[in-house]
Amino acid sequence: METIDAVLRDVALFDGLSADELELVAGCGSNVRFKEDELLFRDGEDADTFFVLRHGSVALETFVPARGPVTIETLEAGDVVGWSWLFPPYRWHFDARALSLVRATVFDGACLREKCARDPKLGYDLMSRFAQITVERLQWTRMRLLDVYGYAGSD
Amino acid sequence: MFDTETSVIAPEALTDLVRALADDGFRVVGPIVRDGAIVYDDLESAADLPIGWTEEQDAARYRLERRDDEARFGFAVGPHSWKQFLLPSRIRLWRARRRDEGFEIDEEPLEVAPLALIGVRACELHAIDIQDRVLLGGRYADRDYAARREGAFVVAVNCFEPGGTCFCVSMGTGPKAEGGYDLALTEILDGEHRLLVEVGSERGAELLRRLPRRAADHSDVDAAAAAVDGAAERMGRHLETGDIRDLLARNLEHERWDDVATRCLTCGNCTLVCPTCFCTSVEDVTDLTGEHAERMRSWDSCFSVDYSYIHGGSVRPTGRSRYRQWLTHKFGTWYDQFGSSGCVGCGRCITWCPVGIDVTEELAAIRATEGGRDGDD
Amino acid sequence: MSTATQAATETPPGPMVPEPFRVTRRHRETRDTWTLELEPVGGERILPQPGQFTMLYAFGIGEVPISVSGGIDGPLSHTIRDVGAVTHALCAAQTGAVLGVRGPFGNAWPVGAALGCDIVVVAGGIGLAPLRPAYQHVLRNRSDYGDVAVLYGSRTPGDLLYRNELQRLRGRFDIQVDVTVDAAEGGWRGKVGVVPKLIASARFDPGSAVALVCGPEVMMSFAARALLDRGMAPDRIFLSMERDMRCGLGHCGHCQLGPTLICRDGPVYRYDELERLMAVRGL
Repeated sequence: METIDAVLRDVALFDGLSADELELVAGCGSNVRFKEDELLFRDGEDADTFFVLRHGSVALETFVPARGPVTIETLEAGDVVGWSWLFPPYRWHFDARALSLVRATVFDGACLREKCARDPKLGYDLMSRFAQITVERLQWTRMRLLDVYGYAGSD
Repeated sequence: MFDTETSVIAPEALTDLVRALADDGFRVVGPIVRDGAIVYDDLESAADLPIGWTEEQDAARYRLERRDDEARFGFAVGPHSWKQFLLPSRIRLWRARRRDEGFEIDEEPLEVAPLALIGVRACELHAIDIQDRVLLGGRYADRDYAARREGAFVVAVNCFEPGGTCFCVSMGTGPKAEGGYDLALTEILDGEHRLLVEVGSERGAELLRRLPRRAADHSDVDAAAAAVDGAAERMGRHLETGDIRDLLARNLEHERWDDVATRCLTCGNCTLVCPTCFCTSVEDVTDLTGEHAERMRSWDSCFSVDYSYIHGGSVRPTGRSRYRQWLTHKFGTWYDQFGSSGCVGCGRCITWCPVGIDVTEELAAIRATEGGRDGDD
Repeated sequence: MSTATQAATETPPGPMVPEPFRVTRRHRETRDTWTLELEPVGGERILPQPGQFTMLYAFGIGEVPISVSGGIDGPLSHTIRDVGAVTHALCAAQTGAVLGVRGPFGNAWPVGAALGCDIVVVAGGIGLAPLRPAYQHVLRNRSDYGDVAVLYGSRTPGDLLYRNELQRLRGRFDIQVDVTVDAAEGGWRGKVGVVPKLIASARFDPGSAVALVCGPEVMMSFAARALLDRGMAPDRIFLSMERDMRCGLGHCGHCQLGPTLICRDGPVYRYDELERLMAVRGL
């Protein structure tokens, strides 16, 4: 089984972090597994973790009355799930459901927040990387907002 | 080989010319005065020509004026071009009727009487050549256009009276006709009123032999040359054409497009009068029973919003983008598409624009302030 | 009858005359899209190259350009979306109905020139239809190509074309098929997201791949950018462009895209030639 260190070195998100920083982050991580349809986290709960998916896929969902669960986005191996741990009020905005067997590395966000407070450089490095992820997700969401496959004036 | 001996005819011989062509079964068309302009229409006889008429032309201005002589061709070009005969504004392409096994289509019978075009200017010869490239020079030939072009008899006329908006010299298309004609006439008013006749084909030579004529001498040839050279020196407009294709490609966001858009009505007059504009649209129609259908082809203009419509909307929804399309196509991308400029410098678009937009002025402005940027479309 | 007279009476119909083709099969793909298979009523089969289109005529109603979505190894087929009067009539054509066909017109996807390359097919919405003959060609000649990926995005799971075929392709071991939708209700266990994300994770060598892209223009722009981000050169990315067409012969002028005529110089274009043109709004 891979050590957390080795896992981190493979993850694009942590590219460029120094060996010390990687060790600090690894210290907050542990391996975890979810069965199909299990929830990684639930809308409204405290957000104190984030996940790096190693295997399987996860659906971010929200429940809409009369429509049921609507999938906002799916994420796969290599993707980061969850940034709400970084920004107050530290609460999840969506459900995250395993669509298959999922193996992930979960990171203790509360622990990391503390380390970032003590080490501003680590804080800056993590913050800028997570900002990049949010930007990318925002771009994708905006693309879908354009509804490019529909036609202007059609239903 | 045909007889290339240059001849001289009297103006009265034009009557014989027109009659000979009619007798040979041609539909003879040429300039006449009608509705306050010199237009192209059927010529019953040479008496229908605009004898003693000329035009005063400028941006958004056209007036007929009387000359103080009996010149047959003392004018330039009016609102019509020969495309109305070669590429008529509306024709039927075919008729169809339903059958048990689907449908059956009968193509429209092709025009029977060949055309004789009297009074084709040098710029117009180039315009016809340009349309030939578009409609005959690609992978597919336009059936109707090919039939009308085939066998058309061309009597060219070298200009001695340029119009106020002419710039054929800038475009390298005149005022002298260089080829593509059966006969070319140069009217001489200096001294005896006569016409120099140059032969451009075997058919032309054959027709000339049936007209009362005499051989041309040096004074005739010199007088004709002087008349044409004089026209070249009195062009109404000039256009710097160096690198124009790339100039336009580099300036697709120039602020001048915004400027012209405040004036352009997108009325499409320019495309109607332009002798090279070839855009058409196709309309499928059916009768009330639904058993019979027809396909019609008619002129279209890139100035209409509908022209660039695809599902969802028009690609060119603004006047700015449509004017830019027309001008950059005419002077720029036409080279990429068809290997030549699309403009022959006839000036019609300048004369007949209701707000007087002058393409030579617009292009000069872009050239002068290259790189002048504007905002979004 | 002498040959001269024979020639005169047997002049083939001009290129603006549709050939009658009978609908032999009709299949509903989605709520607004149908695939029609066509056979010539009397004349010859046509042999379209992948990427080409025909002008399809609904008797008395009109004619529209539709990409060929099958026709080399099987019957001529077109996948048509009902968006207007003509496409509505075409989509309503029952088996046995006779439509008119002119063409094929246009140029082809460069599958022949891409021998030895990895092939990345990127489709959005109905854009999968013109790409289908391309991936079918690649699969018929599988050993001539490297890694092959078909990346496809549509609005919802209900809007996916050729689902059965895509599922069958998924079952092969020598092709990646990755599908995503913009939005999904419960029950969809597949990906929800955008096509550029599929591009980011597809397996291909950017240095030796050729990408074939088709879909709404905006989607093609995003996809091209994602392919460039993967390290592909713009002259190895090909897009299929669309404009209003009235003749298909290069005579009516409508399909102009800058210095080109789509019916004659396209619809398939190299991205390095297109990039500049696509950047000018309202060109």
